[in-house]
Amino acid sequence: MAGRSVVPSVVVDPRKGDTMIELTALTKMYGEKTAVDTLSFSVKPGTVTGFLGPNGAGKSTTMRMIVGLDVPTSGRAIVNGKPYAQLKAPLREVGTLLEAKAVHTSRSATNHLLALAATHGFSRTRVDEVIDLVGLQDVAGKRAGGFSLGMGQRLGIAAALLGDPATVMLDEPVNGLDPEGIRWVRDLLRGLATEGRTVFVSSHLMSEMALTADHLIVIGRGRLLADMSMNEFIEANSTASVRVTSPRAGELSSLLAGPEVSISSDATGTLEVTGLTAAQIGDRAASAGLALHELITTRASLEEAFMAMTGDSVEYHGSTTHDSHQQKDAA
Amino acid sequence: MTVMATRELTSPAAAQGLDDNGPNQWRAIHAEWVKLRTLRSTAFTLIAAIIGMAGIGLLISAVTNANWSHMQPDELARFDAVGRSLAGVNIAQLAVGVLGVLLVTGEYGTGMIRSTFAAIPARLPVIWAKSAVYAAITLAIMVPSAFIAFLGGQALLGTHGVSLSAPGAVRAVFGVALYLTVIGVLAGAIGFIVRSTAGGIASLFGLLLVLPGLGNLLPTSWQTNVLPYLPSRAGSALYDLRPDAGTLAPWTGFGVLCLWTVVALAIAAVLVRSRDV
Repeated sequence: MAGRSVVPSVVVDPRKGDTMIELTALTKMYGEKTAVDTLSFSVKPGTVTGFLGPNGAGKSTTMRMIVGLDVPTSGRAIVNGKPYAQLKAPLREVGTLLEAKAVHTSRSATNHLLALAATHGFSRTRVDEVIDLVGLQDVAGKRAGGFSLGMGQRLGIAAALLGDPATVMLDEPVNGLDPEGIRWVRDLLRGLATEGRTVFVSSHLMSEMALTADHLIVIGRGRLLADMSMNEFIEANSTASVRVTSPRAGELSSLLAGPEVSISSDATGTLEVTGLTAAQIGDRAASAGLALHELITTRASLEEAFMAMTGDSVEYHGSTTHDSHQQKDAA
Repeated sequence: MTVMATRELTSPAAAQGLDDNGPNQWRAIHAEWVKLRTLRSTAFTLIAAIIGMAGIGLLISAVTNANWSHMQPDELARFDAVGRSLAGVNIAQLAVGVLGVLLVTGEYGTGMIRSTFAAIPARLPVIWAKSAVYAAITLAIMVPSAFIAFLGGQALLGTHGVSLSAPGAVRAVFGVALYLTVIGVLAGAIGFIVRSTAGGIASLFGLLLVLPGLGNLLPTSWQTNVLPYLPSRAGSALYDLRPDAGTLAPWTGFGVLCLWTVVALAIAAVLVRSRDV
């Protein structure tokens, strides 16, 4: 995919102190239902800020209010010091990808971008540039309605980057992308942040954010649940446990038992131990002469931490089988 | 803001084909022109409007001439050579009206309207630009179509035809084009109000075609106070050289149609400003 630098020119100082997007008690009600509930946070330049929440948490509504498409019931959203609608050249300051493809399905990618460029007097050259940048040059003349989800996302990203904006706001940009596309978006976002831009990106997938975001804002049912750096979130939310398998699991279990240690077991001779490191378990088993067939540190994944955090606030519970996403480190 | 200033100093926006002045009414018009000419439905529907306006006029004129000897005396008494050749206006308004609605509701249906309003957050320039562009294109296409219908139609009417110097002929020919232009703008305004294609088309033709029919069911004394002011009846005063009794004066009628359109645009403006998209 197009690997050259995002924009020819950008020399933005990473001014980490400045706030580019600022929400103050932002609230949106649809009748009796509160979609976004007194949300206050700020997004800073030079970093990728992940905006995380289950589907229906209010992420898209929040983003639409930031760019003035939805009017808040109360509170306000400020971009670069002004409400979005008062920006002189909005596309030069904020580039937006909205979740629903905001593209006329019968128009080609190039013509869609040309129409947007015309609103701000951008040239054809600039349109071609962003098409190359997102790797759509081969299909630029085709109807956007025939695009795959991934191509649609690339077109949306091209539109967001059209005005070379200092702030980029993307709603679920990796939805529908293949692994290569996901990696491309991740690198792009990292690159934009490195150039000093403000990157605000929503997702309902913690695993994706863990790899992309420096800072996390988590919401559930429209309320702020967490606003912290990725590292803080990882520290706070990952507890390690050790999985150990032994033909003499019963003996091992009594050997490891202690006040700070909790052990659960299943019929196949596998124990889940928390409170001891894999090394401690291995040493004790060795000194007691017990054979071990498996000794693995399993970390409660960030996905699980995220689900635990938002568990009460999920709008619609599905009935899909729950697979535990686990990051495994061989001990 | 300091960030922006830094960027302007280090990399002039113009060098990258960018521009810092933001949207204005002319740029909104340019953008709507790009949108209009890059949809295939525009070409299809406008061709349908041309065929409706010119083709139907020629066909009816030819058929009339061929059947002249079979026409009843009262038919001959009511015969209006100009009106015959311009009868296609009724078909053309269907195409022009549908496209007017579609140019707006197509954006709502696909989500494009969000991109449009994110680029032009003031929103109202979008309404004016769509109206201006569509009015210009409709007028530019319908004036020649009306002339083809008239000149071709009169030729096909043979000895029963008239020339452009006939009383009211020039007004009628330009009148159908003006009528269709305003109908197109009215359709767009209804599109902004209703936002859905089906609802917009139903509302437009309800207003243009169904309402006059229903009006005929009113007590006769009311009819004279209501019917001439309905948009299609009022607008037709401009091109109909054999109007029904009670029809408004040509330019008065056209003014009433324009007033309907202005009111629809005003309602659209208020709603578009206040509604979420």
